[in-house]
Parts: sequence; C-alpha cells; structure tokens
Amino acid sequence: MKPDQLRYDLKIIASWIEPESKILGLGCGEGDLLFWLKKEKNVKERGIEIEEAKVVKCIEKGLSVLQGDINEEVEDYPDNAFDYAICSQTLQQVYEPPSLIHSMMRVAKMGVVSFPNFGHIKVRMQLAFTGRAPVTKELPYSWHDTPNIRVLSLNDFEKFSSQVGFKILKRAAINTRNNHRQGKMVNFLPNLFATYGIFLIGKE
Amino acid sequence: MSEYIDQDQTGASVGIVEKQFFTFAAPPGRLKLEGGASIGPLTIAYETCGTLNKDKNNVILVLHALSGDSHMAGYYDPKDTKPGWWDIMVGPGKGIDTDKYFVICSNIIGSCSGSTGPASINPETSKTYGTHFPLITIGDMVETQKALIDHLEIKSLLSMIGGSIGGMQVLEWCVRYPDMVKSAIPLATTTQHSALAIAFNEVARQAIMADPNWNDGHYYSGKKPDMGLTIARMIGHITYLSDESMRLKFGRKLQNRSALSFEFGAEFQVESYLQHQGNKFIERFDANSFLYITKAADYFDLARQYGSGSLVKAFSKCKSKFLVVSYTSDWLYPTYQSKEMVKAMKKNNLDVSFCEIDAQWGHDAFLLPSDRLDNLIKGFLRSASHET
Repeated sequence: MKPDQLRYDLKIIASWIEPESKILGLGCGEGDLLFWLKKEKNVKERGIEIEEAKVVKCIEKGLSVLQGDINEEVEDYPDNAFDYAICSQTLQQVYEPPSLIHSMMRVAKMGVVSFPNFGHIKVRMQLAFTGRAPVTKELPYSWHDTPNIRVLSLNDFEKFSSQVGFKILKRAAINTRNNHRQGKMVNFLPNLFATYGIFLIGKE
Repeated sequence: MSEYIDQDQTGASVGIVEKQFFTFAAPPGRLKLEGGASIGPLTIAYETCGTLNKDKNNVILVLHALSGDSHMAGYYDPKDTKPGWWDIMVGPGKGIDTDKYFVICSNIIGSCSGSTGPASINPETSKTYGTHFPLITIGDMVETQKALIDHLEIKSLLSMIGGSIGGMQVLEWCVRYPDMVKSAIPLATTTQHSALAIAFNEVARQAIMADPNWNDGHYYSGKKPDMGLTIARMIGHITYLSDESMRLKFGRKLQNRSALSFEFGAEFQVESYLQHQGNKFIERFDANSFLYITKAADYFDLARQYGSGSLVKAFSKCKSKFLVVSYTSDWLYPTYQSKEMVKAMKKNNLDVSFCEIDAQWGHDAFLLPSDRLDNLIKGFLRSASHET
C-alpha cells in the first residue's frame, strides 16, 4: 500500500510514528494503518479488532491481530510493552473512555487518539436550525443506530486530558475530502472548522 | 475428529504419496516415557508432501487428532476413492501450499496406522502389547516426532499446525522445544481438558472396557470389542457436533420410514448416522489405541506440567509466533479455553493472533472446507516465512 492510498487522517498518524517502534492498534479494523507502518516504517505491530471478518483481513495481510473487545484485551499486556497505542476513530464508541486511556498509557509510552469533531460548524448548524440530532458525513448515523455513544469536540478532549491526567504532545485538526483520501490541516478556529481531531498523548 | 475426507473441489492435489517408516530407540536406547516406563524399538509412520528447500527452512509439521493418521493429503494409489484426511488444506495452492512448503505428518505413538501402539508386537514377548503397552502422554508423542525431525536432519520448523489433540501437540512442542518452532497454529484446542471433556472420554472408554470381547485389552487373536468401540465413537461424534448442526442436519427426521415403527431400531436419522459412523470406525481403528490416546489427552495439562499451575509461567520459555483459532459452536474446546491460552501468551509478550470463526458445525468445523481458515493460515504462514 502506497502512502497516497492511506486515508488522510491515518497518514497524519503514520507521520508521527518513529520507525522500528512497537505499536498496538486498538480497534484496528482491516489493518490499513498497521500494514502501512509495518511495510514503510518496519514497526512491530499488534492489533485488536472485534469483528471476525476484519480480523481475518488483517491476518491475511500478515499482521498480528487478535479478535476481541479492546477494553478487555488491552488489560493482558505488560506495562510499557509498546511505544505507541493507537486508538483511531474508536474513542467515541467506547463505554468508559477514561479507563481505556489509562490502559493505553499503561501499556504504551505514548498514545494516539483520533475522533470525529462534534463541535464542527455543520453539526452545530443542523442542531440549531433543524432541532434534530445531526447526521453528517463524519457522523453518518441516526440517533437510534449510532455506535458513537460518546460525542465529543476537540475542546472536550483538551479538557478531558487535564481531568484524566495525560499530556497532549501533538495535535492535528483536519478536514478531509474525496472519501477521506485527501485533506488539509485546520489552523483557524479548529473546534469550529475541523471534521476530525488527532492527538498524540503522553504520560503526565 | 470425524471423517470428512473430501476431494478438493478445485481438483488440486499433491498426487501420489507414500507412507514411510522410521524405527528408532532400539534397546538399550529405549525411549523413556513420561509415565516412567521405557519402550523400544519404536516405529513412526510418516508422510511428506512438497519439497524441502536447500536451507531446510520451509518445513511445516501437521499434527493429527485422535483418529487421524499420517495420510494428510493425496492418494496412495490412483485407484483410491478417497484422499488423505486434510486434503482440502494441504496441496498445491491450498491453505498449506505444497508448492512452497515441505509438509510432514506422522502417526502418533499409541495409534494404529503404522506407528507403534498397543496392537504392535512387543519384541520382548513376541506377542501383541495389548494393555501391556505403557500409558503415553502428549509429551511422549512430541518426543517421537522430535526423533523423526532429527532423523530427517531438520533443525527448525517454520510452522506446525494441528486441531484438537493435534493442537495439544502443537502447544507441547512450543513449550518443550521453543528454539525449534518459529510459528504455530493451534486450532480448536485447549491447554487442558475440562471436566466435561474428560467425562465424555471416560464414558467412551468404559464402553470399550465393558465389551466382553475387550478381555483386558488382549483381544488381538480373537473377537475384537467392536460394540464397545462403536459406542465410544458414537459418543465422540456427539461431542464433535453441536446442537445447531444436529438440528440442521437431522432435526427429528426419520430414517427410511415415514412414521414411527415402535421398535428399538435406528428410527431417527441421527441414530442411523451415529451407528454408521461407529460401524465405519471399527474397520480402521483399534479399541486399545482409542483408550491410550484419549487418556493422553485427559492427562494433558500445560499449566500443571510446565508452570506449577500457572499457564502464564508455562508459556514463559516459548518463542513461537502463534495463530490461535477457535469456533463459536465448539462446546468440546470452547472459545474461552483458547482465550485463556491467548491471554497467557500475551502476558509473555508473545506474538499472537487469534480468531474465533463463526461456524455452526461444532468442534469438527476445523476439518470442513472454509475459505476463512484457508486465508488465515495462508496469511499467517506467509508472514512467518518472511520473518525467518
């Protein structure tokens, strides 16, 4: 897989990862990011994914991935077993985000967390003008079938860091287009104009 | 495991294979068994498919389950109606690709398909061993396989794969010879039998030993305990299926009749199926071998033997990369048992992949055609061979 085939948000995450490091992918899906990192940055990868079909796709690619619930499976790894624990586009679906973040900070030196920004202007406008739960490209579900049980904005995550006790080492607010293949950084009022946020976090 | 010998739908086959024999441990160099007894000489039947490469680093060892044998794939003779027991998995372009790998399968000690077992002649008495054959363990099976691998002058195994009791041998190998096993695939297996599994085995053994023809295991010159072995096999088959697979396959359908006939014949299809499986089994399997191998499986307990009760400790010397596979409807070796071994491997920082395949066919699912399993194994073996 070439870098330009990787989703834009994953490209940003990939650019933050040091070569030869040990990576844990929490909710790694079909393993696109792990596969790219293994090929291009020679990382040692482990992934956790709950859906059988996606796990099979990962293992077919030669990735080390196990099927299970990220909240439970993350528990078994020794302390600091990894350089990075990556939770890409999954935090908004986790029942207890603080405990998952604690586990990430236990098993890895650093963490990467990304999620769709609920503070985006389209979301705000929809709620304000239609009076109904927003449905956008980034948050495509209706209120009754959404897996996104934790709706948060970039600002929420910043505040969350001081509450839960981790440091934000890097942040990227992005807007994607062309089926997430391309995108750009959002520097002006990110909490209003970015569709996704990506954070590199470390221990306090 | 059941017999699901089927020709591969694609027609791909390793072709003609030959059963070979390796004899070793001739006195005084007898093999010391875990139970304390020594035995020798021993013969191990084995078959190979594919070609050993120059560096001898493309070797895969296939380990068979309770009733299997060394005949994993291909045919002995062009006239054979059925190929080896895992022909759907082992062959050119298949899950275990014989164009790439050199694949070895040997018949386990205590079995009856060419390797030394209770039906063999005891050289000391010139009579069949019968129950004078010493009790064996999964570890003893592995020791004889190790002797074969040494004899073939192979120093390390790219991978090994086995389901059920074959999976126990995989795990034992990884713990016993951590430097020799680069990667391993335990399928539908466990690190220790549950009370439920031991219970079914015990009922099956009692059925054999209650057969008057069993004669304390010394029946080779007379009538064999066919009835006992038939029942043992029927019991086994129930545990290899699942409620769902039996419901779908048989339901309450009747066999060759439209109404109940109020007699004790095989009226329901499920009865007829089990009897058929039992009757087929006695033609090819030895009742004493059934006793010895099920006992070895019941004794198997990785945590007790290698970790003073701790599975994490038991895996602490392991170095292999693992792919663990379980099946949703396997109630003989349920997924929680696979998850326990995965957990212990993770705690040792081992490289482990795990997949629970959704299948309705119970424990036997690992023997049935499945693109999913083929693809898992292909991908895993490819990455294992890149890493060596």
